[in-house]
Amino acid sequence: MNQRVGTASVSVVRREWTISSNVAHIEPLVSEVVMLCLDAGMSPRACRLNIPVALTEALSNAIVCGNHDDAARNVTARFELDAASLTLEVTDEGNGFDASKVNFSPADGDWLEREDGRGLFLMRSLMDRVELQRPTNGRHGHVVRLVLKRA
Amino acid sequence: MPFEIETAGDVVVIAVHGQLVVGNRQEFKQSVLDEVERGARHILVDFSETGYVDSSGLGALVSLNKRLREVGGELRLAALNDDMRTLFELTRLDTLFRLYASRAEALAQF
Repeated sequence: MNQRVGTASVSVVRREWTISSNVAHIEPLVSEVVMLCLDAGMSPRACRLNIPVALTEALSNAIVCGNHDDAARNVTARFELDAASLTLEVTDEGNGFDASKVNFSPADGDWLEREDGRGLFLMRSLMDRVELQRPTNGRHGHVVRLVLKRA
Repeated sequence: MPFEIETAGDVVVIAVHGQLVVGNRQEFKQSVLDEVERGARHILVDFSETGYVDSSGLGALVSLNKRLREVGGELRLAALNDDMRTLFELTRLDTLFRLYASRAEALAQF
């Protein structure tokens, strides 16, 4: 895992990591993000539940659905924390995926029987805002942006 | 060792240490399926040492529950912390599984 230390000012902390497409890289990165959030005084519950679960979902989605587990493709995670909110941005290098095809909800008839398809629902349930978009630099892939307001 | 497997009567108890997430869900699932293959029909997952689960972990539990039902068995869950209970309630999986406050309580009612 390569980490690039970004700018840190009095009010904003930024970090960026790049990992290859291996799910084994998820937990160490999530742990590091949680530590940063705890150090910054974010709520313990957000650090135990909302942040690790939502970030795990975004990274897993990028590795498995975006990059199709192709180890030659990377995933970039960006972290920005200020006085108002935490923003996590996860970008893959895949050919993208159709978000409408993974947009399941408990209202679906097979919700309690299906093995997959709860990731996007969990991200939306645990974060204040979830945005899905294409990179603006013309590259392949998807960007998932998670925003959680500070209590 | 992320999973600890022991037996209590005819119940196989699997304790999950740490998280049940995309990185270990396959190993967890295979561990339970191996027990089912060996004849286990009552499986109890003990989450007392578990931090959180992600959608992959939840999916593995759903899949195993289905498999146990197919062979006439049952999967029960015990000792979920408040955060995990929240995840089960959000996803309504609390309506699919029997959830128990502790391993002892679950074992007493199998």
